[in-house]
Amino acid sequence: MALALARPASAQPETPSAAPAPAPLLTVARLSLSRGEKLILDEVSFTLKRGATLGLVGESGAGKSTIALALIGLLQKPQVGLEGSMALDGSANLVDATEKDWLKLRGRRVSMIFQDASSALNPCFTVGSQLMSPLRRLLGMGPKDARSRAIELLESVGLNDASSRLDAYPHQLSGGMQQRVMIAIALATNPELLLADEPTSALDVTIQAQIVRLILDETQKRGASCIFVLHDLALASQACDEIVVLYGGQVMEAGPSDVLLAEPLHPYTLGLKACVLELDTEELTPLPSGAPSFASRTPGCRFAPRCGNALPKCVDEKPPLETVRGRKLACWNPAA
Amino acid sequence: MSTPPELFRLLDVEKAYDVGRKGGLFASGPRRRLAALDGVRLSLKAGESVAIVGESGSGKTTLLRVLLGLTSPTDGRALYREKDITLLQGDDRDRFCREVAMIYQDARGSLNPRMSILDLVAEPLDHHGLCKPSERRDRVAALLSRVGLPPEMMERYTSALSGGQVRRVAIARALASAPAVLVADEAVSGLDVSTQAQLLKLLRDLQREMGVSMLFITHDLGVAAYLCERIAVMYLGRIVETGLTKDVLSAPAHPYTRALLNAAPKFFEPIAEPLGGEIPSPIDLPPGCRFAGRCPEARDDCRARDPELVAGAPNRAFACLHPLIGEPAFA
Ligand SMILES: Nc1ncnc2c1ncn2[C@@H]1O[C@H](COP(=O)(O)OP(=O)(O)OP(=O)(O)O)[C@@H](O)[C@H]1O
Ligand SMILES: Nc1ncnc2c1ncn2[C@@H]1O[C@H](COP(=O)(O)OP(=O)(O)OP(=O)(O)O)[C@@H](O)[C@H]1O
Ligand code: SF4
Ligand code: SF4
Ligand SMILES: [Mg+2]
Ligand SMILES: [Mg+2]
Repeated sequence: MALALARPASAQPETPSAAPAPAPLLTVARLSLSRGEKLILDEVSFTLKRGATLGLVGESGAGKSTIALALIGLLQKPQVGLEGSMALDGSANLVDATEKDWLKLRGRRVSMIFQDASSALNPCFTVGSQLMSPLRRLLGMGPKDARSRAIELLESVGLNDASSRLDAYPHQLSGGMQQRVMIAIALATNPELLLADEPTSALDVTIQAQIVRLILDETQKRGASCIFVLHDLALASQACDEIVVLYGGQVMEAGPSDVLLAEPLHPYTLGLKACVLELDTEELTPLPSGAPSFASRTPGCRFAPRCGNALPKCVDEKPPLETVRGRKLACWNPAA
Repeated sequence: MSTPPELFRLLDVEKAYDVGRKGGLFASGPRRRLAALDGVRLSLKAGESVAIVGESGSGKTTLLRVLLGLTSPTDGRALYREKDITLLQGDDRDRFCREVAMIYQDARGSLNPRMSILDLVAEPLDHHGLCKPSERRDRVAALLSRVGLPPEMMERYTSALSGGQVRRVAIARALASAPAVLVADEAVSGLDVSTQAQLLKLLRDLQREMGVSMLFITHDLGVAAYLCERIAVMYLGRIVETGLTKDVLSAPAHPYTRALLNAAPKFFEPIAEPLGGEIPSPIDLPPGCRFAGRCPEARDDCRARDPELVAGAPNRAFACLHPLIGEPAFA
């Protein structure tokens, strides 16, 4: 049985829809993922508007990359236990999609940029062939058209002397230039959703600012949406319209970044924010150390062992994700 | 009160690598040199902390290797307590090894996975004969507790520890010989913000309680501001600006320092217009200021004259022909 996967005709990026409150581009609802005994994602829900940017934040192991990989079809049943739903506007539930379905989506509607461009690019092929292959394979372009489109793409990501870069191998480029090439490849087929998993954490700060700006500019130009996986809350506040705070595979708090980061209500969001060093930080008040348990039978809030606000109830009963003061919040005893 | 003694002094240190001839191994062009450090002057007094910041390839690790005596300068001198580091011998050498401790970025890689935490932390104690065998466990337990690890950790191996715990072990080991200086290369990068915040707080407490000096390599200006009263900004093998951290960061004189400041993420501010281009190759540098190709302030003279690091204000030096504050460096 083939799933419905195509873009809805009304929502092609070149036709800005005048309808009020358009359907969100991406809807993730109660997405759970288990690996053996471990429940890695526990009923994750969020939505993403067309043209908007969403940041997934949280400590190492929170499940950020897992969500990104699930959204690009690299975590499929039955290798992992996947439940709940995720759907692009107009598509069926992608939790049920097979590899054959994903081949129609990957690169066309969804693309991904990885943290480490040097290992995501194939060292044996030139930049040009890696850039032209999706153009030819997915868009059916002829060699000549693909070549001139590839040059345009490299120019748009700020690589000067683009036509000679086509013949370069990845190792001949700096890390920042490799990441630009990755962005060009990911955007080549005009996807509606771009996933960027820590695209700049291996780069210098000045290059990081260039790359984040580039991703934002290029996705905005195309009317595409973007999900950033980020460690840095300050950068998330600058780059993202929406933030989803994850801990141990559970959504702790989610909402517009100006609401959520200006006035966090969840003890974990507050704790994360207090760990961010700014230039005028006098004293740090770090979160206590600890790592979440992923045991599938843990009934309560996974943050409870590290939480200063924890109540006896927190250990036994999982707080529901509810709308509170302009955001979604899962907590029995929020701050303020 | 007497001024505290100088621990490290770098006098116009140059470290150049021979990188072969233009056109490859068998080409016959002129030999090319890569100056990883090009005339670096720096000092560190007892009890003082200095941050070294700059982009990848600016020469930070090379500077640190010179300070530790792992490589000798091709020109200029590197001194520890007024003696040439590469010529230290006998008691001086022992004292240097005891007083200067290093925390590596790759903490896990720098610790032998087949040694228990007890032996790893006790190794400097044993090496310098700093404690009796009967006191060994107690000393290690005290060091572990100083970095926030339980004494049970002693029997474990690094493979069973998280990234943050391994860095704590590396810090405990560095503290074992009661050093005068901690030298750290990106000691908190690549960690979760929470783990990073815990370690930074720990390092700051150590500074305050033990008066230990720090030479801290970082690309994070927030880390520099939190830990170090002085800062040195490097670009392509040179220090381009140095001074008190709060002065430099509140009013940068060098356009490169300003660019680093702009690029640092700040809550709710729009992402600043990024600095164009990338750090160029240190081989075959053009004449003039080495930042000119990326500098928004560059004028014609910048491409002809190479600015030197000169004092531009009290406690402040910068290498720029058209600095952003105060008197121009040259009349
Ligand atoms: N292939 C795998 N097999 C088993 N467990 C895995 C696998 N990949 C990830 N996990 C586990 O899933 C959890 C979430 O991992 P994930 O990589 O999504 O975290 P993350 O939020 O991206 O963290 P980081 O910031 O370190 O990248 C972790 O506990 C991790 O150990
Ligand atoms: N052994 C060597 N032979 C040749 N060139 C070298 C050698 N070691 C370092 N270099 C070069 O010297 C320059 C400075 O390198 P260094 O490692 O000191 O930079 P860094 O500031 O520590 O960078 P990063 O932030 O990437 O660690 C670089 O251009 C590097 O390629
Ligand atoms: S108060 Fe309870 S529910 Fe809220 S974060 Fe703390 S432990 Fe979780
Ligand atoms: S000397 Fe000129 S090019 Fe160099 S930093 Fe100053 S203004 Fe810029
Ligand atoms: Mg990840
Ligand atoms: Mg280095």
